[in-house]
Amino acid sequence: MTPAEIREEILDILSEIAPDEDLSQLDPDKPFREQLALDSMDFLDIVMELRKRHRIQIPEEDYRHLASLQSTVTYLEPRMRDLVRK
Amino acid sequence: MSGRTEGVTFEGSTRRRRVLGAGSLEGKTRLGKGFYRIPAGERLRPSHGVGLPSQPMRSHAPHQLSDDQRIVITGVGLTAPNGNNLAEFRAALLAGVSGVRPYEIRYVGKTLAGICTFDPLRYQTKKDLRRGTRAGSVGIYAANEAIRDAGLDWQAIDKSRIGVYLGVTEHGNVETENEIYLLKGYDYDTSYWSHHHNPRTVANNPAGEVALNLGITGPHYTVGAACAAGNAGLIQGAQMLRLGDCDVALAGGVSESIHTFGIFASFKSQGALAWHEDPTKASRPFDLARNGIVVAEGGCVFVLQRLKDALACGAKIYGELASYAINTDATDFVLPNPQRQAECMRLALARAELRPEQIDIVSTHATGTGQGDAQECQALREVFAGSDKTCFNNTKSFIGHAMGAAGALELAGNLPAFEDGLCHPTINVDDLDPECALTTLVIQTPRKLPKVEYILNNSFGMLGINSVVIVKKFSR
Repeated sequence: MTPAEIREEILDILSEIAPDEDLSQLDPDKPFREQLALDSMDFLDIVMELRKRHRIQIPEEDYRHLASLQSTVTYLEPRMRDLVRK
Repeated sequence: MSGRTEGVTFEGSTRRRRVLGAGSLEGKTRLGKGFYRIPAGERLRPSHGVGLPSQPMRSHAPHQLSDDQRIVITGVGLTAPNGNNLAEFRAALLAGVSGVRPYEIRYVGKTLAGICTFDPLRYQTKKDLRRGTRAGSVGIYAANEAIRDAGLDWQAIDKSRIGVYLGVTEHGNVETENEIYLLKGYDYDTSYWSHHHNPRTVANNPAGEVALNLGITGPHYTVGAACAAGNAGLIQGAQMLRLGDCDVALAGGVSESIHTFGIFASFKSQGALAWHEDPTKASRPFDLARNGIVVAEGGCVFVLQRLKDALACGAKIYGELASYAINTDATDFVLPNPQRQAECMRLALARAELRPEQIDIVSTHATGTGQGDAQECQALREVFAGSDKTCFNNTKSFIGHAMGAAGALELAGNLPAFEDGLCHPTINVDDLDPECALTTLVIQTPRKLPKVEYILNNSFGMLGINSVVIVKKFSR
């Protein structure tokens, strides 16, 4: 998956987790929490969805990399580059 | 009370029973500290034969209570398979409109159910729905509707003085089944098990979701009472008001049970799951062709207040709690015990200082099973033998069995009778079972009654729990 595809994948997951939010104006460099009503259970949902969709295991110490859209893409790029977006 | 044996004569059992009180031990073999063998062929039976405790009873009768102990219903919110508020529900009950429809659920396949059509997004976001449970949604809808109906000034009210008490038959089966179903796709690797499982399945979930939704910081919990839970939730709310633990009680019951295949499969294995080519005719208590239970979802929340508070805020009063009783068969996991049911009704009547003939409408519990309906009728005949004025009806014939919500919904559907004087009918009684032939059973069409002063609501459940609530037309 390319970084752009990973970005789309994250946005797709976010649209499921936060279905009431408008993601079209999401600033990729700002933390999710400053823009969306997400709590710790929602972040666990992101982790779970990545696990379910792509079998990616994210260790707890790496959760901090999921702070913003850009940091998430950067963190996932080496882990997802060999995957194909379904 | 000196012990559990008080008012009861040990007449026998070969089982070991712990003797907790000062009951007679004559003829019993001591087995150990506190345990005695009771002569064979005998069983526990109330010594006085009428099922009333030998201890002095605290009267529930409104005329014996001060205004801060009298409990009134000042709001009703509900969703039933044939109505999403009391007006719609009542209209459907008077017009003979069923809410039972074809339904399909995993593993069981095609079946029938009472399905609610309320809009959950009226009071919740999409994210709320994703995170919570169906029982939570049902409770949130009913609670919000009840608050609106009661006209409570929600901005001004002290949320720490509101209590939420919801009866549930079961909770957590839906989420657990769903998780296991999904986990199968991951070869039962539990790292795929949802972190939402615990908050969704804790037993207080439906009441807790209501509290979260409404910002209520007073007490909240559910009351697990099988199919007597709707009454039990109401009773709990009234008790907490009387104790001063809250000023407003949101009390009633909820059920999401149609979303668990297990309840259908279990009733089917028990030979107690109803089927009819015409879904609207499947739930048919008292009819000879009845063949079981139609499972339904639903919820009903009452706003309960102390009379003093209700009068102070000019609330509309639907009715006043005249009495209640809960007892236990202690005879079987599933089979009812008409003697205990009769005792429960008598206890509620006695606490209300009422004679059976003063009850105008009995909302029966009957679920459409062969034995259960007949046994309730046996209990009703025993208690109401001297009354030809008391009418009987049944709500499950319209909506199926709404489990934890049943008792509350069935009471709610009858409350408008205080105003319109109508006893809604029992539908689908095409061929009345002689064993269920109560002479004043109202079937097929509503009956206009000369007056409606008291409604008695029966609600019984597995493991032998019986509950009775009596509501009185309000008057000073």
